[in-house]
Amino acid sequence: MFLINCPFCGERDQSEFSSGGEAHIVRPKQPTELSDDEWAEYLFMRKNIKGIQFERWNHVHGCRKWFNVVRDTSNDKILSVYKMGEKPPVNYK
Amino acid sequence: MKNKYSVFSLIKNALSQHENWKQAWGNPEPKKEYEAIIVGGGGHGLATAYYLAKKHNLKNIAVLEKGWIGGGNTGRNTTIIRSNYLWDASAGLYDHALKLWENLSQELNYNVMFSQRGVMNLAHNLQDVRDLKRRTHANRLNGIDAVWLNTEEVKKFCPIINTSPDIRYPVLGGTLQRRAGTARHDAVAWGYARGASEMGVDIIQNCEVKGIKRNGDRVEGLETTKGFIKTNKIGVVAAGHSSVIANMAGLKLPLESKPLQALVSEPVKPIIDTVVMSNAVHAYVSQSDKGELVIGAGTDSYVSYTQRGSHNIVEETLKAILELYPIFSRMKMLRQWGGIVDICPDASPIISKTNIKGLYFNCGWGTGGFKATPGSGDLFAHTIANDEPHKLNAAFNLNRFVSGDLVDEHGAAAVAH
Repeated sequence: MFLINCPFCGERDQSEFSSGGEAHIVRPKQPTELSDDEWAEYLFMRKNIKGIQFERWNHVHGCRKWFNVVRDTSNDKILSVYKMGEKPPVNYK
Repeated sequence: MKNKYSVFSLIKNALSQHENWKQAWGNPEPKKEYEAIIVGGGGHGLATAYYLAKKHNLKNIAVLEKGWIGGGNTGRNTTIIRSNYLWDASAGLYDHALKLWENLSQELNYNVMFSQRGVMNLAHNLQDVRDLKRRTHANRLNGIDAVWLNTEEVKKFCPIINTSPDIRYPVLGGTLQRRAGTARHDAVAWGYARGASEMGVDIIQNCEVKGIKRNGDRVEGLETTKGFIKTNKIGVVAAGHSSVIANMAGLKLPLESKPLQALVSEPVKPIIDTVVMSNAVHAYVSQSDKGELVIGAGTDSYVSYTQRGSHNIVEETLKAILELYPIFSRMKMLRQWGGIVDICPDASPIISKTNIKGLYFNCGWGTGGFKATPGSGDLFAHTIANDEPHKLNAAFNLNRFVSGDLVDEHGAAAVAH
């Protein structure tokens, strides 16, 4: 359990948020031309990183807006928060 | 078996104040090369090694464990064993395991304290009733024992349940699998370790895998904290850390690793002689032989490798427990812990070859792997030894996420697993 700094509402308890999983998975532009392997990659395969992960969160019991978080999954420490559409911070790899 | 446990060995060792028991398994340094290496010394990994040695005659094998054996999810689960899954593929897999459980203490000459005390799954709304009745029928068609109990029968089977119609989620009935139950989780890991070690398997603890050496599309060995070990067959059974190992081989898996929690109370006299699970309110409880209530909570919603989990999850579970069992209202909880579970999108496991030759994965057991330990080990050993799946785990291949032939047990099983 940790605090998340919602870019719209400020710091709130994690239980107010819902996790949207890995961020920056782009929906295929031409879905009709995708092979089964490419569909599987898009739908199911996840990096599931132990360490620094870029992910989406929704402030579901607050402003209900989506945003991105950089979090270290090995200790749940949040390193950065940025809005949807913004470029991910480059200092984390 | 050289050091067979029996009433005679017990008497003999009693005469020397139990100071001369032999070590149950060895503590060797890794050799330069093995025929096969199992990564992960939990119940599933040790069972895999045991059946590889016993049924497939592979003796030059090793199990690598980064911590101590059985120290991961094997030692962290709520020990529930059942096989009442909806789909045919799952029913085949889990009932295969349950049948092995029924004879496991004899097979291993090690008391795994398997206790067929029954598992009851409660229904709290009309949809639960429909789903659970359907599952009961599906189970019976697959030869798995299952009965539907109405509210009065639930009360009779477990009298401490609050079946009042006035509670927030009233008990409308439940299913019961009498062959289901619990076992001593540590004993399973120790029993398999002892059996495997006896047949010459090297169990190497405190040895973490750091990299997988590949030559084109095949594996050549493992980089570990105890140096490089050559092998051309690697079976990975690393539970929550499966993706971490997969990434070393440049492979992505359809998994998300999340903390799952459990807690135990102070020990009390026998009060509940079965296992009761409730999917809708997410509470499940049994009583250990020491007298502690063993309570399983839910997973956190986010990926995390911290073995603890959030407080609000525990709070929700205990709220549900208190409503269902008002008698527990003054119990004190002694310990709480978390384990990292690897969850598949269809809530079914993966016991499969990969597109890298010699690399096999047994993962995705999510929140319910303990019950499958013997079956999982047996089928994974078959898959590694023959480079082909057994018919019971053919459906649980990695390719199902490409073909779309998923084994969707999410809403179908009694979910809490």
